[in-house]
Formats: sequence, C-alpha cells, structure tokens
Amino acid sequence: MTAPVGPGPVPSGDGDVVVRFQDVTKTFVTGPARARREVTAVDSVSLEIRRGEIFGVIGYSGAGKSTLVRLINGLEPVTSGSLTVQGFEVAGRSETELAPVRREIGMIFQQFNLFTSRTVAGNVEYPLKRAGWPKEKRRARVAELLEFVGLSARAGNYPEQLSGGQKQRVGIARALATNPKLLLADESTSALDPETTQEVLQVLQRVNQELGITIVLITHEMDVVRAIADRVAVMQDGKVVEHGSTVDIFARPRTETARRFVSSVLHSVPDAREVERLRRTHRGRLVIVDVGDGVDIGGVLSDGASRGVRFTIAYGGISVLQEQSFGSLTFELTGADAAVQDVVDELSRITTLREVAA
Amino acid sequence: MNDWSVLGPELLAALGETLYMVSVTLILAGVLGLLAGVGLYVTRRGNILENRAVHEALNLVVNFVRPIPFIILLAALGPVTEDVVGTRLGPNAAIFAMTIGAMFAVARIVEQNLMSVDPGVVEAARSMGVSRGRIITTVILPEALGPLVLGYTFLVIGITDMSAMAGAIGAGGLGDFALRLGYQRFNDEVTWAAVAVIVVLVQLVQVLGNRLARRILRR
Repeated sequence: MTAPVGPGPVPSGDGDVVVRFQDVTKTFVTGPARARREVTAVDSVSLEIRRGEIFGVIGYSGAGKSTLVRLINGLEPVTSGSLTVQGFEVAGRSETELAPVRREIGMIFQQFNLFTSRTVAGNVEYPLKRAGWPKEKRRARVAELLEFVGLSARAGNYPEQLSGGQKQRVGIARALATNPKLLLADESTSALDPETTQEVLQVLQRVNQELGITIVLITHEMDVVRAIADRVAVMQDGKVVEHGSTVDIFARPRTETARRFVSSVLHSVPDAREVERLRRTHRGRLVIVDVGDGVDIGGVLSDGASRGVRFTIAYGGISVLQEQSFGSLTFELTGADAAVQDVVDELSRITTLREVAA
Repeated sequence: MNDWSVLGPELLAALGETLYMVSVTLILAGVLGLLAGVGLYVTRRGNILENRAVHEALNLVVNFVRPIPFIILLAALGPVTEDVVGTRLGPNAAIFAMTIGAMFAVARIVEQNLMSVDPGVVEAARSMGVSRGRIITTVILPEALGPLVLGYTFLVIGITDMSAMAGAIGAGGLGDFALRLGYQRFNDEVTWAAVAVIVVLVQLVQVLGNRLARRILRR
C-alpha cells in the first residue's frame, strides 16, 4: 500500500489531535407535526481523538454513538458546539463545503452499504472515479486494495455473492481507496458472527498499524473494544460518561454502565445471584479483591497462612489486555478473627477490596 | 369477405403510425417524467435535496393531471396543442397530448422505484464527498435501474393504449384502423386483426422489458 499522496485540500493542523469535539450537542426534532418533540442524541460531548489510535465508542442502542460518529463527517449537522477534523471546523458547513473533508475520511457501515449495481472491483473503484483518478491508476489501486483485504479473487463478483465478512472487507477497501487519514467504523461487525467479526477486526487492526490510519470504532460489544481499541469512550443518554485507555476502563470502570460493559466480557466479579449462592456454601469472611500486575496477593495470603488463616478461592477471573493482567478474585478466609482481620487489612492496603456481607 | 390485399398494407401502415407515436412519446414522456420523478424523490423529507415547497408543488401538478381520463385530456389540451404543434389533428398533435398525459404517470413510477433504493448506499456516497448531482446519476439511478426498466415497460403498454384513442383526433394508428374500418362498419374480423397486432406488440415489449430487467437484476 502506498502512503497518502501530497497535502490534501484540508489543513492538517491541530497537532496530534485528529478529531476534536468541544461541547458538541446534536438535537433532532421528531414526531408528527402536532406532537413535535426534541430529542438530544448527543449531549455536550467533549473528546479528543488522537492521530494513529483506535478509538472505541461503546454504548447501548440509543445511546447516541451512531449520531456521534455521523457528526464527524457531517452526515448529520452539529446543533451546537465545535467539531474539528485536523483543525477544519465541520460544524455549520454546507454539504458542498464538507466534500473535501469527507474525502479524507473513510466510513464503513453495519449493513456494508455496497452498491448492488457494481461488482466488488466497481465498488472499490467508485470513489476513485469520483476523485478523478485516471483509468490506469484506478486499476492498479483497486488491485492493491483488494489484495490488502484478501479479496483479489472476488473482483468480478457482485456483492450478493459474498459472505458478510467479505462484504465488510470490500467496504473497508472502498473506504480506504482515496487514502483517508481517518476511518469511521459504525457497528462494522454487528451484523457478523463471532468468527467473521475476528476476521474483520484483524483487517481493521492492520489498517491502523500498517497504514497508520486513525480509526473511530462504534460498537455495542465490549469484546470488539477489548480486541482492538486503544482508548474508549462509554456513552449513555447522549453523554460520554467515562473515557480513557481501554486497560483503565477494564481495570477500573467508574460508572455503572462501564462496569456492566466490562462484566459482559469479564465475568470475574460475582453478581447478586452468584453472591447469594456463594454465601450459602461459604461460611467464612468473603472478600473480593482486584488483581493486577505488581499486586502481591500471594505474599499476603502466605503470611496469613503462617498465622493459621486459610483461604479458598470461591470465584474470579484474570485476563490479559495489552500486556497488562487484571481481573478479580473472591476469597473465603477462615481462621482466628484477629488474624483474618490482619489479612483483610493488608489486602486493602495493596489493592481494592470489597467485603461480601455475611 | 374482406379484401386483405387492400386491408393488409393499411394495417401495416397503421402499425407504423402506432410505432412512431409510441416511440416518440416514450422518449419525450420518459425523459420529462424521469426529471419530474427524480425531482419528487430528492425533495422528499429527509432526502438529499429536501425541499417541501418544490415537493408539494410537483405533487400537486402530478395529482392534478393524472386522474384526468386521456380522451378528455386530449380534447381539453386542444388549444394548447394548436399553439405548440400548430394543429389539433394528426400524429404530432397526439404525441403532444400523450406526452403530457404519460409524463406524470412516469414521474410517479420513477419516484416509487427510486424509493426502493437503500438509503444506506446514498449515505455511503455522501460519506465519500460525492456531490448530490453525481449521487443521483451514479448511485440512485443505477441502483434502481432494474425496477425502472420494468416501470418503463409498463409505461410502453400504457402509451400504446393511449395511442389507440388518438385515432379520435385523426392521428391514425392501429386504434384508428380498428375503429374506422372495423367497429364502425360492424366488421369484427378487421377489429380483431387490429387487436391481435396490438396484443403481439405489447407481448413483445413485455418480454423484452422482462429480459432486460432480469439481466440488470442478475436474477
């Protein structure tokens, strides 16, 4: 793949920030004429998306994440606030004024949105035709892109002859055709089965790592975030309720929504029903502790053992994300009250500890 | 008994006149109706050139003309036809009235077929920075081509039907042949001969249209 050619018509200012949301709000007016009501889809969002990262946006359906991503390339106009792409203000622009900035932003969709009247090669070639590439250059570029997504053999097929994963790979090739700096992926794997999801995520990861393209990834699946996102924003009711590095959100989710997303893929903390069951079978003190690199829980437990404190692992899970391990373990501690209390105190000192009420 | 050595060439000439009127009307009404239909579609709420005033105005004109029976439209348009074509009689006068009558039907057919285009592909093209004019010509129309061909096939049959009535203003054609030489002389054989030719013509057009649409839709 070739590197992006020459300076585009869009200024590439704003340092390492590719997309900057400043207090961005988007409201829709919906309903029949007599019962018009205003819905706030995106509510005072401020975010920075940095060059070269994969930025995940997660939320339940209706949280406003699809609207958020559509504001970036102006498919939906911003109601208030400032939104810049490489320093170019997108808010308040007409459809015609948005054309140059859109050519620097690729987009892929949940339903792929391939042109059914064109072949695989025709779909990939389409944006090049519109950008006025000469025929020979177009042909070479299409071949290169299809090679990149592993679909060279399918050039002459029509979209309906492809599987979902293949369709999305065509979508990716088409979105990358004119060398964009930024790729918007709107629920790009939500219509796919788990195996094909992995296949598409791997292509996206290569887009990011080999071509250096910044990706904004909208999803409702925490697995997708865990697989490839560097940073993540959690959205709820149009607001970004939490954002940070993926590792941080997984290790220390601060909001209930984030916790629910994390527990959807990491079942390391017992839920209320499981706690009830644990209580029935374990009579000692039950504590839930966070596990991570450099947290010497084994040492504390060994010290406790020398004073007659026994422990049983009742529940838990540890996983590794971007070379950091994290998770949590639920212990039952039995022994002399004072010695058990010392172990609990020591654990609280080195990590986060929650006690399960008796 | 009918003398087909005389009637035969007359029938052939009538067929020629019908083909002339139908094809010219098809081109004129096809193009004008396409423009009006695209106009109706793109100005709809939420579409790429949303414009309520233009949409409602187009809608009103289409809804005003469409319910008028063609034979009445033919008579009512008389003065306008005379201004535009120079005469109220003959095939060219008929073509004018047929074009007016057919283009509004085409507008609706086009609008409805375009509505079947997945808004997602339009959004994809917008996301690439393609202009709205280009989106119409390179995305919306190609994506709807299969149903459009079927719509236009349906239209040819409608125009053939109209052209039969044009005999009433001396436009000639198969309708005129059937009425003048068949119906009015109580000569069923001649009437049915004209009907048979029309049926064959319509069948041919339908088969061709179906084949073309199937090819485009790859089914």
